[in-house]
Amino acid sequence: MAFLEVKGIEKSFGTVKVLKKIDFSLEKGEVIAIIGPSGSGKTTLLRCLNFLERPDKGSIIVNNEVIFDAMDPSTQRESEVRKKRLHFGLVFQNFNLFPQYTVLKNVTLAAELLAKERPDYKQNKKAILKEIQDRGKMLLSQVGLSDKLDCYPHMISGGQQQRVAIARALALDPDILCFDEPTSALDPELTGEVLKVIKGLAERNTTMIIVTHEMDFARDVANRVIFMDGGVIVEQGSPQEVFGNPKEERTRQFLARYKKH
Amino acid sequence: MNEVLVIVGRLSESFILNCKLFILTLLFALPLGMIIAFGSMSRFYPLRWLVRTFVWVIRGTPLMLQLIIIFFGPGLLNMPFSWPSGESGRFVAATVAFVINYACYFSEIYRGGIESIPVGQYEAGQVLGMTKTQIFFHVTLLQVIKRIVPPIGNEVITLVKDTSLARIIANKEIIMMAGEYSNKGLIWPLFATGIYFLVFVGGLTILLNWVEKKLGYFRV
Repeated sequence: MAFLEVKGIEKSFGTVKVLKKIDFSLEKGEVIAIIGPSGSGKTTLLRCLNFLERPDKGSIIVNNEVIFDAMDPSTQRESEVRKKRLHFGLVFQNFNLFPQYTVLKNVTLAAELLAKERPDYKQNKKAILKEIQDRGKMLLSQVGLSDKLDCYPHMISGGQQQRVAIARALALDPDILCFDEPTSALDPELTGEVLKVIKGLAERNTTMIIVTHEMDFARDVANRVIFMDGGVIVEQGSPQEVFGNPKEERTRQFLARYKKH
Repeated sequence: MNEVLVIVGRLSESFILNCKLFILTLLFALPLGMIIAFGSMSRFYPLRWLVRTFVWVIRGTPLMLQLIIIFFGPGLLNMPFSWPSGESGRFVAATVAFVINYACYFSEIYRGGIESIPVGQYEAGQVLGMTKTQIFFHVTLLQVIKRIVPPIGNEVITLVKDTSLARIIANKEIIMMAGEYSNKGLIWPLFATGIYFLVFVGGLTILLNWVEKKLGYFRV
């Protein structure tokens, strides 16, 4: 069984069916790029994986553990969901950094709050917090922001903010890191620095699912490409297959628009 | 000259009632407004409807009328409940009316502040495994406070001057006191009351500016 198994996910908003039976799997260390036109359900799929939406049908299995099953309400309890969602990390299109905290605090806040639940927190408080701080600094240096630790989000550029958001998502060491169009809110000059960071993660075998409109980047970084349209997976395969020799007419149409420029 | 000092003394004394009413109203209305705000955002529809109707009634009728109804209502309707007699009863009734009135205004400011926080802030907290309570206290609360300081400041300044309305149920506040002199033909004490309000509001303005500046280190 693959590391992540997504089986038969369906999701409707009112009468609009946004996801129609989505099946795919992902191996540890693999990078999947999801491409497709706006409104094809890519973002909703990511949001389902991160428990921001509750699928109407289907199940999600990580490392042989059923973390969501639409048929089994016990997997949907608030307290359960909170623990299970930590299998996934999510980087948002518009960063969503916490404006009142410094860059470092943005990265460490969630870990500090979680640490309070540890039974040994009171005894080892200092050591635990130090460890979290050090990890935060290490992650920020990994995304090239060692000199911005004490800045507030409004003081840094969009590209830097998104790199903080990546470090923040990594802080809780998720099994699978998801990106929801991480560069769509950035101007082309700032896009590069964010893509470079994601590429660095891929080289370190981070398991990732990346929803993107950057076709060259998807081809470059992904092990597998999924093309979605109208709430279904139209085609999936290696970047060479999907970009070089697409089987479906719909995929060809979509990619043709990108090749023009 | 001696007479002037006596009058200033009596005006100052009566202004204490304005100050007490001001402080007690804030003390109770600020937290009560939060409870009303949560009620008006409740997903339980009947509760939300009830709270919003209540807020509409309170904001839609004059505070002066509310003072009269709250003070005289229990007696007129033969309720088993009555206000304590004398000065203290009139003051307590005034405080209750002010607290209810201002809590409703505050609740709308809170609601606006809470609803103005982008949903992405909640979602960022959620995907990081925070509980709803943690998200409220560690992510949204300070952002809400920053947004509501200016409108709350506005209400607080209005409250300073509204405390004079307590005279309608015979609370001897500063303007009522000055009125007693003008009835006797002495007009300047009435003008002098303005100085008390101006100075008080001046102090508040400095305080509010300081709070705004303190929260200026981040942007929402």
